[in-house]
Amino acid sequence: MANKYANLCIAVTGLNANDNPGPGMAVIRSLKESFGEDLRIIGLSYESLEPGIYLRNLVNKTYQVPYPTEGTAALLDRLTYIHQQENIDLVIPNFDSELFNFIKIAPQLQQMGIATFLPSHQQLSFRDKVHLKEFGEKNNFHVPADHKLFQAEDLRKATDDFNFPLMVKGKFYDAHIVYTMDQAIKAFHQLSVTWGVPVIAQQYIKGTEINIAALGDGKGGNASVVAMRKLYITEKGKAWAGVTIKDDKLIDLANQFAAATNWKGGYEMEIMSNDKGHLYILEINPRFPAWVYLTAAAGQNQPAALVKMALDDEVEPFEDYQAGKLFVRYSWDHIADITDFQQMSVFGEL
Amino acid sequence: MKIKSNIATSENGFIFNPATGDSFSGNTMAAALLLAMKSGKTEREIKQEILDRYDVKADQLNRDWEDWMIQLKEANLLELEG
Repeated sequence: MANKYANLCIAVTGLNANDNPGPGMAVIRSLKESFGEDLRIIGLSYESLEPGIYLRNLVNKTYQVPYPTEGTAALLDRLTYIHQQENIDLVIPNFDSELFNFIKIAPQLQQMGIATFLPSHQQLSFRDKVHLKEFGEKNNFHVPADHKLFQAEDLRKATDDFNFPLMVKGKFYDAHIVYTMDQAIKAFHQLSVTWGVPVIAQQYIKGTEINIAALGDGKGGNASVVAMRKLYITEKGKAWAGVTIKDDKLIDLANQFAAATNWKGGYEMEIMSNDKGHLYILEINPRFPAWVYLTAAAGQNQPAALVKMALDDEVEPFEDYQAGKLFVRYSWDHIADITDFQQMSVFGEL
Repeated sequence: MKIKSNIATSENGFIFNPATGDSFSGNTMAAALLLAMKSGKTEREIKQEILDRYDVKADQLNRDWEDWMIQLKEANLLELEG
C-alpha cells in the first residue's frame, strides 16, 4: 500500500538546535523516519542562525516568520505567502510563546487547507506556569507551592515561605535555582526583562528529574505516553542524555492530566519524584519536547501520530514502548556558506 | 526477598531498573547472585551453592548476605513484601 503521507508538505518551527534546543529538528527527524525522505519539510524560523535552516538534508526550505509579538495578522500574512509558494498540508508549531497566535489563526489556516493539531486557548491557560498551582489543587496533582513576582520586593515573601534554594522561573522559558537573595534578585530582573512579569518563584523540590512526552487526543485520552529519566543535565537544566523508563504511576499521571484537560496535541510534563515517591509536576509544556525523537526510538513515534490525527485519520493509542532506550545529545559544527546566511538575512528565505 | 521482576541484569554485572532509570555496576559475584535470585532460587539454595563452591564459613556468609540485602534494598531493587 502506498504511503499516503510520503508526499506531504509539513511546516515546522523550532529549528534552533542549540544548547537549549527547540524541538523542531527532533520532530522533523521523527517524521522523516516514519514517512520517508520524500516528505517535504518547510522550516519556519525567527532568526537567521537557527541551525536547522542550514541542515538542508532535513529541511527543504526555510522561511523567516514574524516574532509572536508582531501579532496574528502578521503571522497569517506570512503563512499565506508561504502557503502560496509551498502548498503546505500541515503546520507544527514547537514554541510555547508562539502557540497563542497559532491557535488563534488555526481556523483560517484550516480554511486555507493547512491542518493543525493544537490545544485550545483555555487548555493552554490551565497549565500556564502562572496557573499551574491552582490547576494542581483543583485536580489533585502535586505541584510545588509558588509566588507570582511582579517586582523584586515580592521575593521577600517567597523566600520567607520557601527558604533557599528556590526556583525562579520566566513566564515562558528559563529557570534558575538560586541560593541567596542576591542571586534571586538578579534572576528576577533577568527573567522579567526577557519574558515579562509575572516571574514565578517556585518551591524547590529535591528528587529525581523525570520528563514525560505525550500526545493528547483532544477527547480526554492520550494516544501516546513515554517517560524519560534525565541522566545528564546542562547548566540550563536541559537533558543532554536520558533513558526511557516505564512506571505505571507516570503513565497514570499523564492520563489524569489528559482526562482533566482534554488536551489536544503534544505536551511534556516535567516531574520531580521525591524521596517518598510523590510525583510533583514542575511544569507542563504545551508542545513536544526537544527529546521527542526518543519516543520514536522507543516505539511510539509521537510526531508521526500527531500528523495522522491532524489529518483526521484514526490512530489507535500506543500500548507499549521499550524501556532502556538511551539518548545522548551531541554538538556538531555544520558548515554552510556565507551566501546562504546572506540569502536568509536579506530575503528571509533559503 | 525477591528481586523485582522487571529488573534487567546482564552477565557482566550491569543492572538496570526500567521503572526508575537507575543503573548499577556489580562485580562478578553480584552478577552471579542476581542471576540466581532471578532464576527463582531460594536464599537457602543460593547460600548452599556458595558454601559448596567457595572457602567461606556460614557465619561470614550470613553477615555478607545481610549486607547484600541492605544494598539491594537501598537500591530499590527488591520486591516490597506484604
